[in-house]
Amino acid sequence: MGYVAVKGGQEAIANAAELVEYYRLRAATPPIEIEQIRTQMRLLVDKIMGEGSLYAPDHAALALKQNEGDVFEAAFTMRAYRATLKREFYSEVLITRDMLIRRRISAAFRDIPGGQILGPTRDYTHRLFQPELTMESVSSIEEFLQRIDAHIDPAKLTAIPKFGKVIDVLRAEGLLLERAEGDRRVVDVTREAIKFPAPRSASLQMMARAETGGLMCLGYSTMRGFAAGGHGTVGELRVGDVAVQVKDPRGRVRYLGRITVTECEMVNSSKGSGKKGSLPLLSVGYGLCFGQNETKAICMGMLDNSLREPNEANPANSQEFTLYHTEGVESYGFTNHLKLPHYVTFQSGLDNLREAMQRTLASYAGLTVESPAK
Amino acid sequence: MIENKKFQSTYNFAFLDERTKREIRRKILKAIALPGYQVPYSSPEMPIARGWGTGGLHVSLAIIGRKDVFKVIDQGSDASVNACSLRQFIERMTGCRTTVDTAEATLIQTRHRIPEEILTAQQILVFQVPQPEILRGVERLETRTRAMHAEADYSKLWVSLYEAYVRYGSLMRGAGYPVRVNGRYMMSPSPIPRWDVPNLSDARCLYLFGAGREKRIYAIPPHTVVEPLEFEDVRFRVEDWGATACAYSNARDAFLDEIYEDDSSRKFVVNDSNFLDKLRTGPRPPQRLFRNPQ
Repeated sequence: MGYVAVKGGQEAIANAAELVEYYRLRAATPPIEIEQIRTQMRLLVDKIMGEGSLYAPDHAALALKQNEGDVFEAAFTMRAYRATLKREFYSEVLITRDMLIRRRISAAFRDIPGGQILGPTRDYTHRLFQPELTMESVSSIEEFLQRIDAHIDPAKLTAIPKFGKVIDVLRAEGLLLERAEGDRRVVDVTREAIKFPAPRSASLQMMARAETGGLMCLGYSTMRGFAAGGHGTVGELRVGDVAVQVKDPRGRVRYLGRITVTECEMVNSSKGSGKKGSLPLLSVGYGLCFGQNETKAICMGMLDNSLREPNEANPANSQEFTLYHTEGVESYGFTNHLKLPHYVTFQSGLDNLREAMQRTLASYAGLTVESPAK
Repeated sequence: MIENKKFQSTYNFAFLDERTKREIRRKILKAIALPGYQVPYSSPEMPIARGWGTGGLHVSLAIIGRKDVFKVIDQGSDASVNACSLRQFIERMTGCRTTVDTAEATLIQTRHRIPEEILTAQQILVFQVPQPEILRGVERLETRTRAMHAEADYSKLWVSLYEAYVRYGSLMRGAGYPVRVNGRYMMSPSPIPRWDVPNLSDARCLYLFGAGREKRIYAIPPHTVVEPLEFEDVRFRVEDWGATACAYSNARDAFLDEIYEDDSSRKFVVNDSNFLDKLRTGPRPPQRLFRNPQ
């Protein structure tokens, strides 16, 4: 059967797997530990967990390690594993109002109830190389940690406060557009195929699992005139830990643990109800994703807004366009399937083309041309 | 520290958990009850990438039993890398016996071909489908194509065929030729070449189609009428190699691959690898052949 170059079969697959493993290790450098990836590549791990739709930092770190840092592959590995896990429970609603906040900002107001908390961010760091990191050592890390510890005065630690939401202020003033959500069903797109028009729950679930870059592309397009609404405002962006709870079979709510999430409320002006004299109230788009991934949460908030004003002329106003094409694992897989052989389909098209060429040439010159295939 | 046992859970028979299998089987039954209709299903992620046969795998793994003997072909070949990869996966997850012999298999998963050898009532052919929506070329929105199917409104598809004829003098449809199933739904036969399309009609075996990325399953039950779209005066035609014969078996009347040698010379070889093996050892297996109208 070995008559076509592309047919290598079993042996080629095994050899290719071994060869790519060799490429991972051939420089014979010390192995990267899972714990190092999980802690020092924190933001990458967060991204993989979100796109992989599985909150499991160790697994995300392993996925990154075995795929040599390929983000698409790592998210794909997470998804494939996730799909084999039994769905025993759906969690109770996450109460993000009770979030243990690490970072919390609003672009809408100078000061907000509870105050702005800049928290861990590189937003205001100059993007200059830090050459000293090439010389980083265990002792330099310890020194840094001791210095941080020295700042903390145990006497000044207080109970963890909870903060109200910025949108509560807007809502109290009657500035928010209270949308009558048509379809309030909670569907799970991993258990049934999404159908359009999709309820908001499905739309938000798809976006929470979407590829960050894809979401950013469409979110950005809304600010460049390719969607109604324009430039929104970050009403509130929160990063912190929330409790996950489930109801046991006896109906008691049980605490499972905490997860880190990023939550964003994007405020946009709306067209109002469209009736004469209706007010252009503010609409709120919602974003929530695993870990600290602010770009994703913000874009999700922008797109949640734009998707609720359907207009097929704009990608970001079209549920089908936005939700299908930001799904990273699917678009990645299908794009790469182009590497599979397609010689049967190609042959079938070639047959048509050759016949059409023959007909055309014959009609021009009154000649019959020998088809190369015959 | 990470606990090693965390990564060591084992998989269910045929990889999918039983609840997922049950859901997929129900959708398959619905698909069989409505020939040619695309049934949405859960389509969980697989360890194989989207576009590489996940839909076919879902169907195969949901229906495979311990006594099944299965075969996987990709572009007609048992030996191409993706066929090997899928076969290895199913074998690992089921422990079932595999074969390359078309007649011996009870379950065949295929990408882009129907075997030349006639399939029997004891066999099921599972197609991997990249794009299940035959109307996608004329209508990009899923909401509209579903409505068009519901109303049997296929005028745009007919117009596209007519336009191709006016422009190029033929219908110019290569692989994935549109068909009407049971006089009702227009269906994409997955990109099988036109050569294979006539074999969809009045077959003895069951045809199942799995489109993983698009999350759709559809079916053609045995002895269903499947008609390729054609006009009274412009008829459906299969690929034609004229008098060319296979360079290895000297056979005609089979789908031929066009192969270029190192010196750029060209030869034609029977595409179906098992069929070619049987042609060379003899006797020639039974085939159903379609003749182009004069």
